[in-house]
Amino acid sequence: MTGYVVQRLGAVMFIMVAMSVLVFLATHALPSNAAALILGQYATPETQAALEHKLGFDQPLPVQYWHWASRMLQGDMGQSFEMERPVAPILWDAFGRSAILAVSSMAVVSTLGLALGVIAAVWRGRWPDHAASIFTYFGVSLPEFYWGLVFILLFGSTFHLLPSSGYANLSDGLAAFVSHLVLPVATLTLTLLAHVTRLTRSSMMEALDSMYVKVARARGLPERLVILRHALRNALIPSITVLAQDFGFLIGGIVAVETVFAYPGLGRMLVGSLERQDLPMMQAAILVLTGVYCLANLTADLLYGVVNPRIRYGGSVG
Amino acid sequence: MAVRLAELTAADFIRRRRRLPASLIVGGTIVAALIVTAALAQWIAPYPYDQMHVRDRFQPPNLHYLAGTDEYGRDVFSRLLIGSQLSLVLGATATLISMAVGVPLGLIAGYRRGVTDEAIMRVLDVMLAFPPIMLVLLILAVTPPSLLKTAIAIGVLAVAPIARVTRSVTLDLMSGEFIEAARARGEHLHYMLLRELLPNVWPVLMVEASLRVVFAVLLGAVLSFLGFGVQPPAADWGLMISNGRAFVDTAPWISLAPGIAMSITVIAISLVGDGLREVLDPKVGGR
Repeated sequence: MTGYVVQRLGAVMFIMVAMSVLVFLATHALPSNAAALILGQYATPETQAALEHKLGFDQPLPVQYWHWASRMLQGDMGQSFEMERPVAPILWDAFGRSAILAVSSMAVVSTLGLALGVIAAVWRGRWPDHAASIFTYFGVSLPEFYWGLVFILLFGSTFHLLPSSGYANLSDGLAAFVSHLVLPVATLTLTLLAHVTRLTRSSMMEALDSMYVKVARARGLPERLVILRHALRNALIPSITVLAQDFGFLIGGIVAVETVFAYPGLGRMLVGSLERQDLPMMQAAILVLTGVYCLANLTADLLYGVVNPRIRYGGSVG
Repeated sequence: MAVRLAELTAADFIRRRRRLPASLIVGGTIVAALIVTAALAQWIAPYPYDQMHVRDRFQPPNLHYLAGTDEYGRDVFSRLLIGSQLSLVLGATATLISMAVGVPLGLIAGYRRGVTDEAIMRVLDVMLAFPPIMLVLLILAVTPPSLLKTAIAIGVLAVAPIARVTRSVTLDLMSGEFIEAARARGEHLHYMLLRELLPNVWPVLMVEASLRVVFAVLLGAVLSFLGFGVQPPAADWGLMISNGRAFVDTAPWISLAPGIAMSITVIAISLVGDGLREVLDPKVGGR
């Protein structure tokens, strides 16, 4: 197990280094260079050359990468071109807000997904099963941003029930804080739900057909206990790992959802910095999101090994 | 030989089940209709997609403008029709790109096994480990946008999953007698891959391809929504939804209509995929 963990950690390190090289090279492939962007329209060739020298752009690429990467590792993410403030505090604030969104969405997705999956399996072939499958079919048939828009239209502008954009701090009151989260969380949930629900349904059906469930029923246990204690406990294993994988998808979804709801998180920061070519901001956002993605995948792999001992000593996970 | 074998089994399945699954028939009909509409869009569309009817801005759906008009007075229905071309072309191109790269890789990995397999699979693992949307955003943000580039970026993302599926099916097939027979005949590598393995992998790949087209259409919409895909004034669905966002209170049809078109497309393609899967493996079928 230890060897496996070390190997997986090594893989994460490798991906991070590779991504940092990619991000670094990509920013150098940009049509306009950073010095010109900082100076704006009043740049003269002389001032531009002076700034390029100051920023170290006249040095060879590997040297530049080395300086940049070592500063990043020390937590110095540079200055935002647009806001002319250090990137790090802005980024960590946005990260915190995205984390709130991500964690609450995952909580809803796992509760609702497991419940729907169990219901669909227990009443298989009957209306609750069909209802669950139609519901999840619709959820994945449209991208997140569209559902976001529909929700805004329904709950924000038509009935004025919920705020359709922005974010409120906890200090603004619990009601404001929660109400700003409802629509983004609902949107993310709708698009992520199908995966967990379908998987829980099929593993629950398998468990319900198994010998140990038959035995439990034969012993005369109440059906509720049979379903929750005996079947669900065994069916949970694949669901847990798929939830960890979904966390990776969530990161992609968050970029679109934060844009729709003008939610000031990391995803919106990334899109904004890409649009305005705010290089330090963009580099930092991409690297942090990549790091989170890798850690989520790592957790998924390790969880899989923990809950399914058969593969624990296998070399790699498929 | 292998070709005939594959046809035989497929025919067997159909005969045994007597009828095709409803999902395949319904989905297939809608997909066919969509393709015909997209192909004839220029002639079906009542107005040119970029013609502005300045006096008829923000018209709700009516007999003249079936899906209403947008903020420039452009006919939303005509734009939907032209937009279907972009979506279908993007989905098809991206999927073709990923199949063209992924299928050969998977076939070779499964056929050769050993070091070749190991090397190919490790490279694919690395590709899978990158957060997909970051990579695409990075590529599209630093280079000028175009439909082909979006298709390539999305296509590259799907190479690894397609290669994996191909490999696992190939590994299963390798124990078949027809492979042994072909080996005994001393067939060449390309014959083994193209004439023996590929026809048998093909049905499973069709299911995978339908998933990938859906994925490409949706991701393409997200990218143009975020402003990194197809650029205005193109009648792309994602772009139309994004433009309509500002008027969602007063003229919701500008955003809603392309969304409905997209969901019909996506559901129809998913139905085809589900139906194909059911034909291939009757156990999977719901009922």
